[in-house]
Amino acid sequence: MTAARPLHGWTVLGALLLAALLAVYPSSRLAAQDTSAVDRGVRIGLTYRPGVRPGMVVLPGRGAVLDSVRAILARDLDYSDRFELITLPGGDSLRATAVAPAPRSPAAAPARGGGAAAAGLNYPLYQALGADFAVTLTAVPGDTQSMMVHDVAGGGVRREFRVHLPPLTDAGFRMAVHRLSDRALEAALGVGGIAATRVLYVMEGKVYAIDEDGADQRLVSSTDHAALSPAWASDGRRFGYMEFWEGHGRLFVQDVASGKRTGVATSGQALDFTPAFSPDGKTLAFSRATEEGTDLYTVNIKDGCCLQRLTVGRFYDNLSPTYSPDGQRIAFVSTRAGLPQIYAMAADGTDQQLLAPFDYGATGSSNAPEWSPDGQSVAFHRDVGGTLQVFVLDVRTRAVRQLTSVGRNEDPTWAPDSRHMAFVSDRSGYRQLWIIDLETGRIRPLLQKSGARLPAWSPRLPETASSTP
Amino acid sequence: MKRLSLLLLGGLAVATVAACGGKKPETPAPAQGPNADSAAAANQAREDSARKAQEEADRKAREEAERRQRIADSLAGIGKTTEAVRTLLATMIHFDFDKSNIRPGDAAILDQKVAILQANAGLRIRISGHCDERGSDEYNLALGNRRATAAKQYLVSHGIDASRIETASYGEERPLDPGHNEEAWAKNRRDESDILAGGDALKQP
Repeated sequence: MTAARPLHGWTVLGALLLAALLAVYPSSRLAAQDTSAVDRGVRIGLTYRPGVRPGMVVLPGRGAVLDSVRAILARDLDYSDRFELITLPGGDSLRATAVAPAPRSPAAAPARGGGAAAAGLNYPLYQALGADFAVTLTAVPGDTQSMMVHDVAGGGVRREFRVHLPPLTDAGFRMAVHRLSDRALEAALGVGGIAATRVLYVMEGKVYAIDEDGADQRLVSSTDHAALSPAWASDGRRFGYMEFWEGHGRLFVQDVASGKRTGVATSGQALDFTPAFSPDGKTLAFSRATEEGTDLYTVNIKDGCCLQRLTVGRFYDNLSPTYSPDGQRIAFVSTRAGLPQIYAMAADGTDQQLLAPFDYGATGSSNAPEWSPDGQSVAFHRDVGGTLQVFVLDVRTRAVRQLTSVGRNEDPTWAPDSRHMAFVSDRSGYRQLWIIDLETGRIRPLLQKSGARLPAWSPRLPETASSTP
Repeated sequence: MKRLSLLLLGGLAVATVAACGGKKPETPAPAQGPNADSAAAANQAREDSARKAQEEADRKAREEAERRQRIADSLAGIGKTTEAVRTLLATMIHFDFDKSNIRPGDAAILDQKVAILQANAGLRIRISGHCDERGSDEYNLALGNRRATAAKQYLVSHGIDASRIETASYGEERPLDPGHNEEAWAKNRRDESDILAGGDALKQP
C-alpha cells in the first residue's frame, strides 16, 4: 500500500475548509468519542484524521446501471471509514479525462487481472488529487460489469472483478453491489468490509431489516404478537427473536432465505427472551423469567432438545447472554451485586466472574452486552447520571471506555469488522438508530425514524441468504 | 364458611368484646362447697351448658348478621355486581423506580384481592408486571417479572393457592401513559391483574 501523505484527498473547497478548521482546532482528536461538534455537523478535521487514511476515488462509468453502481459503491467505501473519498472537481466533468488514454509510467508494471490496458487512467492526475486508489467501472459485452481497483501510485490495476449484476429493478441489485464494494475494499487494503451486511431492529413490535447503508428497509417478521430482541446466527442465514404470547415469551428462529420460522422447543410456559446463537449455530442461549427470578438457559436448536440451566440465582436475575466468538465464554447481565452489571462464565455455566469492573454504590446499572466479532471487546450500555451511555470493555485488560456522551445511547451491536457499531440514540431529539466508527469517531444515522430499537448487526451475509428478504 | 377479610375480622373482634361484656355478669356462680348436692350441681351444670350453647348460637347468628351487614355496607357504594368485584380486582399496585417490593400503601389493595380470591374459589388470575421506559428494554422484562412475582408472593402468603395465580412480565412494552415524565413513569411502574378463569359470576367477599 502506498505510504500516506500528510495532507491529501480534499477538493479545493475542502482543503480550504480543513485549513480553517485546523487553525481553530490545532489538535486532532484521536479518541472515538462522539462530540457535540459532530452533532453540529462539523466533522472535518475534528474527528477525522486527514492524511492518515488513503485516498480513494470512484470514477464514473457509462450508463444508468453503472451510475447506480458507482453511487452505492462510493457510499459503501465512504461508510467503511477507511478511505478519504475524493470528490472530483466539477462533478463528473472529468469523465472524458478518466477514460482518455493516458501515458503510463513504465515502472507501473505489477498490474494483475489483465484489464489494465483497457482502463488507461491518468494516474498522475489522480495522484495530484490525493488518490491512492481508484475504482473504475465498465460495461463488458455479455451483460457483465467489470470493476477495476487501481493502485494510483503504482500506476496499475491491482485487481479486476467481473460480475453479472442483477437488473437495477431486482431486489438483489443493491446487495450485489454491496458485495462488490467489499471486494474493492479487500483488494485495496486486504481487510474485510461491512457493506454486504444488514441490521435487524424492532419497531412497533415488529422485526425489520435494513441495509448497512440505510437503504432497503423491510419487514421480516410480522405477526399479531409483539416481538423483541432479534439476534443473528453467525452464518447470517438465520436469526432469532422473542414474541409475547399470552403473558409468556416464546423464541423463534427464522430462515432468512425462505422466511420460514420455527418455534424453539424450550419446553414450558415461561417468559423466554434475549436469544443468542452459539457461534457454531447449534445452541441457543436465552433468559428465562420464572417465579424464581430470571436465569440463563441453553437449548440445542439443532436437535430441538436438551434444555440446560446455566445459572441459579434465586434472589437475583441473570439475563442477556452473548457468546464470545470462539464459543467458549458467555458474557451476561447479573443483579447478584445489587444493580445489574456485566459478568462472564464458561459456556457451560461454570467459572462465573465479574467481567466489567464497577465501583459498588457508584457505578450505574450496566446492561445489553454484546461480544465483538474479533473477541477483544464487549460493548454494553451503562446508566450515567440517569441516562444511558455506550461503553466498550477491553476483554484482556478489563479497561472500560465510555464511547458516547451526547443524549441517551443504548443497545450497541457490533459490525463484523469490530470497529463499527450500531446503537440507539436520542441525540437528535427522538430515539433512532446510529452507527459509530470507533477508529475515527464518525457518527451517522442509520435510520431516521423514531421508535427503532434493539438493533442486531448481521455477520457478512452469504450469497444465498441475502438475495431474498 | 369462607375466611374473612381483615375488615370483617375487626368487626368480629368488636362483636366478641361486646358479647362478653354484656353477658358475663348475668352468669351465676356455680354452687360451691363440699356440702353441695351432687345431683343439683350436675343439673346446674347442664343448665349452664345449655344456656351457654344457646348464647353461643345467638352470638354467632348475631355476628353473622353483623358481618353480612358490614359486607353489604362496605360494598354498597360500588354496587353488588360481578362488574364491581372485577373492578376491585383490577386495581393496580405501583412501584418505585427499579424496585419490586410492595409499597406499604399497596398492601391494602392486595388484601382486597385476597378477599376476592377467597370468596371465589374458582377464580384464577394473572398478575403482569410493567416498567417505565427509563431502564434497559430487556432488563425491564426481568424487573417486571420480579414485580409480578412480588404480588403473587403476597397473595400466596395470605392463604391463596399458588396454582390460582399466574405471573407475566411485559417490561416497558405496554405503557399506560405514553408520556416521558415522572408522572407517566410512576403510572407505568405497575402490576395489573387479569382474570384467567372463573370470573363470570363473582361473589363479593
